[in-house]
Amino acid sequence: MMERMRLAGFGGQGIMFLGKVLAHAGMLGNKHVTWIPSYGPEMRGGTANCSVIISDVEIGEPVASRPDILVAMNEVSLRKFQPVVRPGGIIFVNSSLISGVPMRDDVTVVTVPVNDLARSAGVPGAINMVMLGAMLPYLKGVDRHLIEEAVRENVPASRQHMLDGNLAAVAVGVDAAHVPA
Amino acid sequence: MQKLLVKGNEAISEAAIQAGCKLFFGYPITPSNEIIEYMARRLPEVGGHMVQAESEVSSIYMLLGAAGAGERCMTGTSGCGFSLMQEGMSFLAAYELPVVIVDVARLGPALGNLDPSQGDYFQWTRGGGHGDYYNFVLAPSGVQEAADLMGLAFDLADQYRMPAVVAMDGVLGQMMEPVTFRQTDTAHLPPKTWAARGKKGGPKHDVVGYILDPVKAERSDIQRAARYDQIRATEQRWEEIALDDADLVVVSFGTAGRVARAAVREARQQGIKVGLIRPITLWPFPTNPIATALTQNAKGFMVAEMNMGQMVEDVRLAVNGRAPVYLHRNMGGSMPTTEELVARIRTLAGEVSVHA
Amino acid sequence: MPEAAEKCVFKPTEGLTEKPLHYCPGCSHGIIHRLIAEVLEEMGQLDNTVGVGPVGCAAFCEQYFNVDWVAAAHGRAPAVATGVRRAVPDAVVFTYQGDGDLAAIGIAEAMHAAIRGEKITTIFVNNAIYGMTGGQMAPTTLIGMKTTTSPYGRKAEETGYPVDIPKLFSEIPGAAYVASGSTDSPKAVLQTKKYIRRAFETQLAGHGYSLVSVLSNCPTNWGLTPVKAMEWIRENLVPNYTMGELKVPTAAKGGEQA
Repeated sequence: MMERMRLAGFGGQGIMFLGKVLAHAGMLGNKHVTWIPSYGPEMRGGTANCSVIISDVEIGEPVASRPDILVAMNEVSLRKFQPVVRPGGIIFVNSSLISGVPMRDDVTVVTVPVNDLARSAGVPGAINMVMLGAMLPYLKGVDRHLIEEAVRENVPASRQHMLDGNLAAVAVGVDAAHVPA
Repeated sequence: MQKLLVKGNEAISEAAIQAGCKLFFGYPITPSNEIIEYMARRLPEVGGHMVQAESEVSSIYMLLGAAGAGERCMTGTSGCGFSLMQEGMSFLAAYELPVVIVDVARLGPALGNLDPSQGDYFQWTRGGGHGDYYNFVLAPSGVQEAADLMGLAFDLADQYRMPAVVAMDGVLGQMMEPVTFRQTDTAHLPPKTWAARGKKGGPKHDVVGYILDPVKAERSDIQRAARYDQIRATEQRWEEIALDDADLVVVSFGTAGRVARAAVREARQQGIKVGLIRPITLWPFPTNPIATALTQNAKGFMVAEMNMGQMVEDVRLAVNGRAPVYLHRNMGGSMPTTEELVARIRTLAGEVSVHA
Repeated sequence: MPEAAEKCVFKPTEGLTEKPLHYCPGCSHGIIHRLIAEVLEEMGQLDNTVGVGPVGCAAFCEQYFNVDWVAAAHGRAPAVATGVRRAVPDAVVFTYQGDGDLAAIGIAEAMHAAIRGEKITTIFVNNAIYGMTGGQMAPTTLIGMKTTTSPYGRKAEETGYPVDIPKLFSEIPGAAYVASGSTDSPKAVLQTKKYIRRAFETQLAGHGYSLVSVLSNCPTNWGLTPVKAMEWIRENLVPNYTMGELKVPTAAKGGEQA
């Protein structure tokens, strides 16, 4: 098992945190994991992306240049990374912000209106955690228990009040994932 | 012991502190910034200091002063910053001072960009500054190894009284992987009786780097050369995979080395007789496994590195014409993929078998 | 009749070694070395001091100072001293630097040591010329002064004006004590010794960076006899540089200062 993921969106959508939680959950499950951000000037000016790999075997290439899973939180990210997803892979699309983009037919496309879901659930700042919940049923390397544990360990002590919101957002995503898109 | 998920830059910083490093001198430069930031947060907790210098020229000499006073100290930098330190590194070599310098290499020459690169290989392994000297060069291929090598870097620097360079790149610095910090035993290291901290009733200590007397100057060089020879004989470090029956031996270090490891395993599964030498010390360069491979089955070598071809020169020197040495290079800040390395391995394994 | 008790009227300072100085006849480095050594001895700090040397005529001066020493590359003494200071917080740490070392190649290191308020003392030796390399222009060379790299006399329109280091450094908040003395007469030498002592006291009190500029000579490259060289300091250098105590620590003002 090796899941190579690319997570991409605007700065401020919590992409890096989403990646960290995934990698941390993998580590808690005793998998090999890597997390690597796009860094440098790329970080400025609105787009952010990171690679997360969760694997049963030692990881060679640390960057998911050809991912099995793509999370596209905005249209720019979808257009940029859709072509490099491996055939048979999964693309998670934030349908609150993306519409009308032609999708490849050799991948599984999961659309999740994360902004709308997060707003309805009263956690508008936690769209990354909604997406995380929506990804859960499709992931092989981590399960809900590990993810919730990782969320707990990654919310800093000074922001403990945000923990409940984040966990609630994960639950919203999990429920949404079972609704056919 | 507890496993933590941390960036390479943070892992080496914490490992340095756990190795007793109390002083950090540096200047911010991407992609090494997490080091100076971590040190700024963490060193005061252990009674140490981070001093943000006005330039890398200054920070390397702050290091010289602190090391001259006998303290474990380090800096971290990249690109232009590492170049600016070269004058000071020449002085550190002449003064025989133990320090640790982390270079989180980025693409050069000049400002280049922030992408990972192994283009500083010559600068790392050929001394880098003026004059006749070497540094220890340790090249991790992952975050755990980076943490482990930091303690070793301090120990080797102290044991042999010379600077140790930890050769990273932007990916290793920025990447998070699980890490367990391990304590090392430093009891075997010599006391720093030479350090200038005030005479305290004893004899005067002079930490200097010039020798005007030509006879003494030659003697000093001969002694240092003998030390370098001893290090070449005893301190080579590398990882090897499946050399015994390998027709083709891949030689690759750092980030390229971890991809090469995956590619060699994949190629083996496909039935190709390929092995791996991943140098961990770039200086001293691991010539021993190359010599061993040549006495076994090696018919050719494939060097994979992220530059125009620098380490390939050391491999060619070690092979010394006894087998062909091929270069697979990734330039412009790009990294090899497993697929491309496996494809090149398949091609070259075929060639060396035919020509042998 | 009882013999008169022997009275010691002079003895060499313990702060200097017995090594004969290599400086040219009449050079004021020897005077300045001795002032520093005497002050450190009088303050009881010879066992607790680390000096940091320059590159220039005084590049080998660790042979003369009877204290621990770290030599620096050209201009880098304040950075080296910063490293020593952070490693040995309770030591007296000083740099000894010439006008090329401090005012040219090392002005960044010097100014930033002052900006950081680094608790070190800098003794700045200004003779307005590069001695060791054979008489080239310094940043402190006077307008009209002939050197091997200003053979027609220093011209302001080509090379700017001499930099007044003590004045410049007195503007830096981290510099707690800045003084400017000379070596041209016994009176000036004694005054300079007081400045050096106050600079070290400033450091020990933890007030911040301290700098003492000392106007010095270069009989060899000026082409003057030692006596004439002293007169040349008085007549040419002293009028061109700010003299006296430019800055004293706030806490020390009043009682200390005349």
